[in-house]
Amino acid sequence: MEQNPDKTRRKVLISMTASVGAVGAAFAVTPFIASWNPSAKAKAMGAPVKVDISRIEVGQIIQVAWRKQPVFVVRHSKNALESLGKIENKLADPNSVSIEEPYRDLHPTRSKSNEYSVLAGVCTHLGCAPKYHPEVEPKPWDATWLGGFFCPCHGSMFDIVGRVFKGVPAPTNLKVPPHNFQGNTLTIGEDKT
Amino acid sequence: MDTIYKWFNERLPISNTFERHLSKHPVPKKVNFWYLFGALASVVLIVQILSGIWLMFGYENSEEGAFASVEYIMRDIDYGWLIRYMHTTGASMFFAVVYLHMFRGLLYGSYKKPRELVWIFGMSIYLIMMAEGFLGYVLPYGQMSYWGAQVIISLFGAIPYIGESLEIWIRGDYYISGSTISRFFALHVVALPLMLIALVFMHLVALHEVGAGNPEGIDIEKHLDDDGIPLDSVPFFPYKVLNALVGIGVFGTVFAIFMFFFPEGGGYFIEAPNFEEANPLSTPEHIAPVWYYSPYYSMLRAVPDKLGGFVVMAAAVAILFVVPWLDRSKVNSIRYKGIWSKIAILLFAVSFITLGYLGTVPVTEIRTLMSIICTVIYFSFFLLMPIYTSFEKTSVPPERL
Ligand code: HEM
Ligand code: FES
Repeated sequence: MEQNPDKTRRKVLISMTASVGAVGAAFAVTPFIASWNPSAKAKAMGAPVKVDISRIEVGQIIQVAWRKQPVFVVRHSKNALESLGKIENKLADPNSVSIEEPYRDLHPTRSKSNEYSVLAGVCTHLGCAPKYHPEVEPKPWDATWLGGFFCPCHGSMFDIVGRVFKGVPAPTNLKVPPHNFQGNTLTIGEDKT
Repeated sequence: MDTIYKWFNERLPISNTFERHLSKHPVPKKVNFWYLFGALASVVLIVQILSGIWLMFGYENSEEGAFASVEYIMRDIDYGWLIRYMHTTGASMFFAVVYLHMFRGLLYGSYKKPRELVWIFGMSIYLIMMAEGFLGYVLPYGQMSYWGAQVIISLFGAIPYIGESLEIWIRGDYYISGSTISRFFALHVVALPLMLIALVFMHLVALHEVGAGNPEGIDIEKHLDDDGIPLDSVPFFPYKVLNALVGIGVFGTVFAIFMFFFPEGGGYFIEAPNFEEANPLSTPEHIAPVWYYSPYYSMLRAVPDKLGGFVVMAAAVAILFVVPWLDRSKVNSIRYKGIWSKIAILLFAVSFITLGYLGTVPVTEIRTLMSIICTVIYFSFFLLMPIYTSFEKTSVPPERL
């Protein structure tokens, strides 16, 4: 040490410059990373949409675009809703405990209505739009199909209220977007009356 | 002429570089056609850059304009169709020659000491190429562009904790939109090509430092003449350049046949749904990636778990990086490796091609089972490599080429 005071000095100086440099680099990188976040314009998008639901037949579905993504509105028959319990042993998470469920315990439809389901039409696997197959009949993907959604991309299955089956790639139930019913008008994207 | 040449040569290392890397660069005198694909890949790289620049003259990078602008290029710009088909056919050709180039590496142990870095740079090129191909496929904003992007971006959502924010960050929006297209455009036409060119340069610099390999997998530097030049070598220029030109001629013919007569490659180069504009509300009945990604896609589908599928897919590519350290064989070339290596590489090739096929067709139970088996074979080839390459009996390669 005594004989080599210069080396210690140099090491201290190098590490000080390096740490200042590292902080500088972090500051320099931040704007480049942050500029990839959604812009103010993108954040402002997504106004609620209103739909007239009176013309949906029982057992039928309509597709609505909200934030440019499909939203499914399904009108269920009494029978179909009553038989929901039968399918629960096939489901991975029948009570939606693993996700944020906005209208938990309100209705078996998972929505704010006891007749209509409102579901984000975005497969929780990799984002394809699942297809609605309400028929109760054997299907190539399931010999004991009781009706529901089938995703053509990698074969995930959901029941008629969007609850995911066991043993499929999708990990969670279809999301329920915020919505509100007023008479025959359904508002998607807004919760408050 | 001479004075001009001299003027430049005194200021730029022209003749030095020419001698060092071409007219006096020794390469093995005897190699086979497998050694052509590097040159072919370089040619396609140039074709892609040129046709890409020409596509940019007509392309509009916006959500509303992208699809229409591609149709405009195809219909209203003189020879626009040719430029576009050159670029799309080129993409498939690029992967075809690079896959063959990589398989040559596996066959002849080209990745072994001292060429590990050549292989690592090569793998980095492959990784960037995969990203480049994906980003490019999104740009025309057809149905496959949209849904392919949706699926691939959602893959990142499988990463625990940060997944969802990462997806939004990649898209720059809550769903695929104009922001996504414009950043994909910038990456596809500027950022990744720059990286690709830099990596190819490093790939070749590293190769020239250690010298090219040969199908016998032997070191030609062991037998030198009095000037220290390997006895079994010839100068790269003009001998190998002429060889390569013949190869390039044949390849150019194949390229042209596809480009003029089968530009969609039977739905494998450009998929049918991509002639329809993106519709975020409706997924095509059957979505599949282009052929050069389909082996990995099969692996993804073989795993009935979101994170698991992603991990397997990523591992399948990642494991290729470490092949130089998995192969413990005394010899380089498959010609002198033992029976286990030969069986292994055959099974590997068959399973990779089978996975590739399975990834382009809809799933059924039996196909899922086959995908699982092939995925297991794929990984066994690599994971068992340290074992079978060290225990099997190898034969002795010749001393000279
Ligand atoms: C744009 C893509 C690429 C270009 C332009 C390119 C170019 C070349 C060229 C010109 C050669 C010498 C000629 C030959 O051996 O064929 C070469 C050698 C080699 N390349 Fe590539 N390459 C590319 C991608 C790759 C990839 C993806 C890998 C593997 C992961 C790879 C691994 C190798 C190896 C190991 C050698 C040495 C072969 C030997 O000397 O035995 N390359 N490359
Ligand atoms: S996206 Fe629906 S199963 Fe993969």
